[in-house]
Amino acid sequence: MLLRRCGTDALLVEVDSLSEVAAVRAALEHLDGIEELVPAARTVLVKGALPQVRDALKTIDLTKTPAKHSREITIPVIYDGPDLALVAETAGVTPDEVVELHTTATYEVAFCGFAPGFGYLTGLPQALRQPRLDSPRTKVPQGSVGIAGEFTAAYPRPTPGGWRLIGRTETTLFDPKAETPALLQPGDQVRFVVA
Amino acid sequence: MNHTNQANRSVTIIRTGPQALVEDLGRPGNAHLGVPPSGALDQVSLKLANRLVGNPENAAGLELLLGGLTLKANTSCTVAVTGPPTEVRVNGRLADSHHPIHLKQDEVLEIGTPQTGLRTYLALSGGIEVDEELGSRSTDLLSGIGPDPLRDNDVLHLGTPNLPEGADVVPPHHALQTLVIPIRLGPRDDWFDDAETQLRQGSWTVSDRSNRVGARLDGTKLNRRDGEIPSEGMITGAVQVPPDGQPVVFLNDHPTTGGYPVIGVVDNDHLRFLGQARPGTEVRFRPVD
Repeated sequence: MLLRRCGTDALLVEVDSLSEVAAVRAALEHLDGIEELVPAARTVLVKGALPQVRDALKTIDLTKTPAKHSREITIPVIYDGPDLALVAETAGVTPDEVVELHTTATYEVAFCGFAPGFGYLTGLPQALRQPRLDSPRTKVPQGSVGIAGEFTAAYPRPTPGGWRLIGRTETTLFDPKAETPALLQPGDQVRFVVA
Repeated sequence: MNHTNQANRSVTIIRTGPQALVEDLGRPGNAHLGVPPSGALDQVSLKLANRLVGNPENAAGLELLLGGLTLKANTSCTVAVTGPPTEVRVNGRLADSHHPIHLKQDEVLEIGTPQTGLRTYLALSGGIEVDEELGSRSTDLLSGIGPDPLRDNDVLHLGTPNLPEGADVVPPHHALQTLVIPIRLGPRDDWFDDAETQLRQGSWTVSDRSNRVGARLDGTKLNRRDGEIPSEGMITGAVQVPPDGQPVVFLNDHPTTGGYPVIGVVDNDHLRFLGQARPGTEVRFRPVD
């Protein structure tokens, strides 16, 4: 674990894996005075309460998996994505088996970024861990469900994107006017079901 | 005071000028959802304008790129124009910026173009009433959160006014031709050969591709390693260096994560000067501990 200075009131905590990121986030999220806590792939950015943050990190056990978040979210998906056949071919399975694989796993929101409400979900079965498209789409429709590397995600709104798209959901992923605007938050458990 | 008027206080935008946005102090604390902080780029000026009209400092006002806005008061209200010194007229008569201005019903307020600086702020008594999104009324141009940029003929509803509380000290903000900006190295200064010397010796100008997302700087190429970092959290004031070596200072509508190394972070107190810096303004960095 490496602490990197980020201006006067923030630190970038660098670790070696997503599970260590989750451990750092869990150790810090209940501290008073935290202004921002932003997990990412190998880092956690924390702003505010730096003395308390440094203290908490002195005694942290990075191997300890944080207690599972109580929130469990189910997202219905229509599996008719434009890259479903490509994903099946790459995995050496049928499109139906891709759906089976994607709906059997339980995922966790590792972090959000790229766009409001865009959650990077880990827990993807090995056969579905596939590269991005060679050439990204200029517009991925809202609700598209895709895979890239070790992650799967649903697009909260139309954006450019290079993930392989296997389906779409009609679930609202981000509504800035709602009391809880983002459906997915770091630590949430997620399952996909056939709509 | 007429009660019906009180509930329906409003102004009509006759001309927006180059860009008119509703901004308050933003929605920090939502970066973990991928939501930028947003809010006025020159918060000192917005807070001052709000105080001058008796509003809480975090009331929603307008951020005007190069001034240029004209509005008609549909009810009497108090307004204040801050930021760089700017010519202000009420029904054609000269009025003062950095001062409360009382508009009667149907009077027209015209805001000129500031001679220096980039962003003019307008506060209206009662504040602009639009729906909050994630606790703020600010327009976020990156994410599309908050109200759309204003258009001609828009009607802005105002909240209930308070009585202004006494005088305020109001030095108008004069934008400088050269900015010397304190910067603290890290978190990724180890991607650069002697980051401190490169920053100290370089010089840049503000690019005309700058916006609320970031102040883009043209000038000395910062030499860095090749490659990208797995996306990591970004804070306002982070100086990101893409492969072309031309730094970008993240302002309030910045993306919450990014994959280019951040050589250093600019002091928060100095970001407002970048928000007021016109393209062509010279920028130098002063690394500090």
